[in-house]
Amino acid sequence: MAKKIKITINELTVEVEPGTSILEAARETGVIIPTLCYHKDLCVAGNCRVCVVEIVGQKRLSAACATPCDEGMDILTNSFKVRNSRKHIIELLLSEHNADCTRCYKNGNCELQKLASDYKIMTQDFIRLVPLKNYTIDQFSPSIIKDDSKCIRCQRCVRTCEELQGVNALTVAYKGDRMKIATFFEKPMNDVICTNCGQCINHCPTGALVEKNYIEEVWDAIADKNCHVIVQTAPAVRVGLGEELGYEYGSRVTGKMVAALKRLGFDAVMDTDFTADLTILEEGTELLTRLKRALVNHDPDVKLPMATSCSPGWIKYIEHMYPEYLDHLSTCKSPQQMFGALAKTYYARARNLDPEKIVSVSIMPCTAKKFESNRPEMHDSGYRDVDYVLTTRELAIMIKQAGIDFMKLGDMPFDRLMGESTGAGVIFGATGGVMEAALRTAYELVTGRNVPFENLNIMPVRGMEGVKEASIRIENPLEQWAFLDGVELKCAVAHGLINAKKVMDSILSGKSQYHFIEFMACPGGCLGGGGQPIPTSPEIRRKRAEAIYAEDLGMPLRKSHQNPEIVKIYADFLEKPMSEKSHHLLHTKYSPRERF
Amino acid sequence: MSSNYQLKRVDFIFKDEKDWKEILKNNINRPPQELINELISSELKGRGGAGFPTGLKWKLTAEVDDMTKYVICNADEGEPGTFKDREILSKVPFKVLTSMAVCGHVIGSKEGYIYLRGEYFFLQPELNKAICEFEQYCQEINFDFRIRIFMGSGAYICGEETALFESMEGKRGEPRNKPPFPSNFGYMGKPTVINNVETLAHTYTIFEFGAKRFYDLGVQYSRGSKLFSVSGDTPKPGIYELELGMSLEDFVDEFGDGDTKAVQVGGASGFLVPRKRFGETTIGFQGKLTGISLPTGGSMMLFNSSRSMYNVLDNYLEFFREESCGQCTPCRVGCQQLLNGIKAVKRGEKNALYLDKLLRLTETMQYTAKCGLGQSVANSFSSIVENFREEMIY
Amino acid sequence: MYPVSELIRNLADQHGRNRHNLLPILQGVVEQEKYLSEYSMIEIARELDLPASEVYGTATFYSFLEYKKMGKYIIRVCKTITCSMKGKNQVVKAIEDMLKISVGETTPDGNFSLLQTNCLGLCHKAPAMLINFDVYTDLTPEKVREILTNYINKKGKGE
Repeated sequence: MAKKIKITINELTVEVEPGTSILEAARETGVIIPTLCYHKDLCVAGNCRVCVVEIVGQKRLSAACATPCDEGMDILTNSFKVRNSRKHIIELLLSEHNADCTRCYKNGNCELQKLASDYKIMTQDFIRLVPLKNYTIDQFSPSIIKDDSKCIRCQRCVRTCEELQGVNALTVAYKGDRMKIATFFEKPMNDVICTNCGQCINHCPTGALVEKNYIEEVWDAIADKNCHVIVQTAPAVRVGLGEELGYEYGSRVTGKMVAALKRLGFDAVMDTDFTADLTILEEGTELLTRLKRALVNHDPDVKLPMATSCSPGWIKYIEHMYPEYLDHLSTCKSPQQMFGALAKTYYARARNLDPEKIVSVSIMPCTAKKFESNRPEMHDSGYRDVDYVLTTRELAIMIKQAGIDFMKLGDMPFDRLMGESTGAGVIFGATGGVMEAALRTAYELVTGRNVPFENLNIMPVRGMEGVKEASIRIENPLEQWAFLDGVELKCAVAHGLINAKKVMDSILSGKSQYHFIEFMACPGGCLGGGGQPIPTSPEIRRKRAEAIYAEDLGMPLRKSHQNPEIVKIYADFLEKPMSEKSHHLLHTKYSPRERF
Repeated sequence: MSSNYQLKRVDFIFKDEKDWKEILKNNINRPPQELINELISSELKGRGGAGFPTGLKWKLTAEVDDMTKYVICNADEGEPGTFKDREILSKVPFKVLTSMAVCGHVIGSKEGYIYLRGEYFFLQPELNKAICEFEQYCQEINFDFRIRIFMGSGAYICGEETALFESMEGKRGEPRNKPPFPSNFGYMGKPTVINNVETLAHTYTIFEFGAKRFYDLGVQYSRGSKLFSVSGDTPKPGIYELELGMSLEDFVDEFGDGDTKAVQVGGASGFLVPRKRFGETTIGFQGKLTGISLPTGGSMMLFNSSRSMYNVLDNYLEFFREESCGQCTPCRVGCQQLLNGIKAVKRGEKNALYLDKLLRLTETMQYTAKCGLGQSVANSFSSIVENFREEMIY
Repeated sequence: MYPVSELIRNLADQHGRNRHNLLPILQGVVEQEKYLSEYSMIEIARELDLPASEVYGTATFYSFLEYKKMGKYIIRVCKTITCSMKGKNQVVKAIEDMLKISVGETTPDGNFSLLQTNCLGLCHKAPAMLINFDVYTDLTPEKVREILTNYINKKGKGE
């Protein structure tokens, strides 16, 4: 190991590994240096200059995030020069920023606002540049609002879109005073290859990128006595919501969340985990059918590997980037949309409700789900299957608006019919979860035995590695699956679209031969979704993942096919997986989009 | 106060280049260390404006172990008031090419690029012809070095060396964080020597006549001669090679129109010197000389008493506002604030004390901007506002 | 096939298809087309396998890579200090009057666009301008009218 470097920060001597930045060294030492453009998920840009520090003996200040420690450095983070400069920089940012804080969606959760408050920027000495600029707001997307007047040009969104997602919908355009964050030819986000994943929102320090919120629409529906408002909650919401309401990162608040939703006035509180379980049966059956066609019938048209289709960000990505591979997608709709289609059919029938009067709301860790619910493909119930999609953040806002003291709530269970779930449904919220859930069920379906992993925990597909691979050898299958005997089922899991790209390119190049691949648009899977509480970081996502797996382990049932409500829906309504009815309601097909 | 040094015309740079083949052949057969030592002993400093010792630059890059290295000639001459590099490339291109090749020999590089600013597109055909002839000769003497022109496309900031690399890599010309420096991590992440056109022409002089001839010119810390681009209110605008260390007074005696009010030394990113300070100002790199010594890329703009310094500053600030790459806060927003600020003061919308706030802002820009552009806006701003405050207000 | 796609393919063949070949290709398109249309940028992105946004972001950084339709002759008058001191405004006015357009506009016949640009490095011969890549210096309103007349006649002769 290389020799440690000795430096001094505010007269404290510390030793750090070579290559450590001043910012990292300071954080290790307990010295806080403010930052804006810096983000743990992203490469260092060093462009906001808020983190400047003084290195004794140097006339110029250095950006702490971008300057590596050097032996003997004597660093001051709060000298006269640093304080004055930092204040100036904050003032400059504010002069270019539409600081209309009380009317801003991010009011109270804005890093620039916090800095202004910390440094008590009380005056407006500099000239307000906002009126001189032709700032525009792009509200065309059903998921994302981009307000250039709030942008501080830290480029976190651009780096997110490029480094984490490989989408490059956003770029830096022009130079000088005209420099801005733009899409191709400044088209609306809705008209470019944006996948609506919302990672840019999660990484934006200000209100320049926010979700399009449907809070008022949902309040209106709840208030409307003629409406029956049914709500579903995605698996990842229960491990994120608490963060907005005073809990530690990765706290499990499932029961309180249900209680809060009931208090808000929803007529029925159901669980997307139920349709996650349903997805496993449909998708698992689909996979086995494809395998059979490939291995037994040697059908040249069968598309393998089969790719999951739960993540709407991933769906839009493949539509744009690999349209020729759309047939590899499972035809299953996402659990949200399966739920939506069933809410206005199965649920309406069981409760004897007029589907037209049902307002179907979903709480998602995701902004792409807003776009998904808006898709023309998603009207198979005869109505719009999901009417409103709220993010975890929007739900937290509603809970606060309603004056609910969340921490004091008791736990409540989901309503019946589509509220029961298994641990397999819960882990959909983490990267690798769909794969694990599918393997738990498929392996048992084929062999009659549990997957050969301790406690059903399929560890190789868990964790935050960008691309994970696993293979399971099928031995002694049941008679009807004899053709699978000895088959090594090869699986891959990718999260973050940049990793999806890696997997797709390795398939394209013929390097990888998989049978089944789980793709999730967001880093960490849904728990790191674009609709989850801000901030996000690898550490936070790891904690949420721990919570998800703890939730799974605590469930009495942990395999989707054991879910009694799943058994019931097949008996009462759908008949069997991949039946005509499920084809109509639960499956769909997507169409190519332009890459450029 | 008057300088001991008279204005001395020198004729090295544009002296004929007919011996370039011989000089190339001789020097690529000398050991690299010897060449580096010669450059170091000449005390040649970069002529682009920053003044980094050229010998040291070559040495640092030579010491890095890498199969691929690059030699880049920075011909993105964009500083307002500077036009010497164009003249060098059109009159004595072989000097530049020879020096690039010798540099390649010294550091172990086989590839050179000339980053030519888009405005000088018209130089390209002739320069390409010269390169062709040059490469042909290299082949003849079995010396493996190729040179290509890379055209810029209209961006002042690309003169900043790391922005220039970014631009050559097909990206926006945004300066990088430093460290790492080009000697380790330059074009395509490879060790790179990047020298200004004029610097390379001077190295040719040194290779031709030896370090001593060069060193004997100029003054301590500012050795050798330098090309000056003279423009503005002068009866003889043009390019002149002069010894470093001259006093501004002597310069104005020679080039002024008799009514010189101020001289902008070093272009928009340089300093404005008012008449009362001509005597105490010398032109060269910072050293222990008496009086103020101003480093320069060679731009000398003269203003006579008919000129409003407010308009001059306004013009500079508009230039910086547009040519800032826009990535870092102090430079992007700072330039806008300075320009709008002086306008507001001029219009009476802000009182005169606001100029002091702006002066403090330029200090912050100097301390915190990511690259030389943002850092040097303070130079012209403070020197103009401090010396011609009344012109800013009324 | 659009001729511009062919041009782009040829440029990519000539320069290469890596990111560091982007600028020469953009320049090649501008040389012929005078500007980069949405279509051109998409074709370049496709040819180089780059995100279209990256091509756009890069192109808009450079003053000489126009992304709006330009005339056959692009007049760029230097507006930096010395040219400005030496009568740039009179030159611009003369051009505006003659072509009946303002700075930033293109003549209706699509022949001339008038722009201002930053320092051309011709300060000792100020004021200066470029028409496409041809240099004109020591301008006066009279001189500039003469120059433009030549261009207009050249145009008339079907050149």
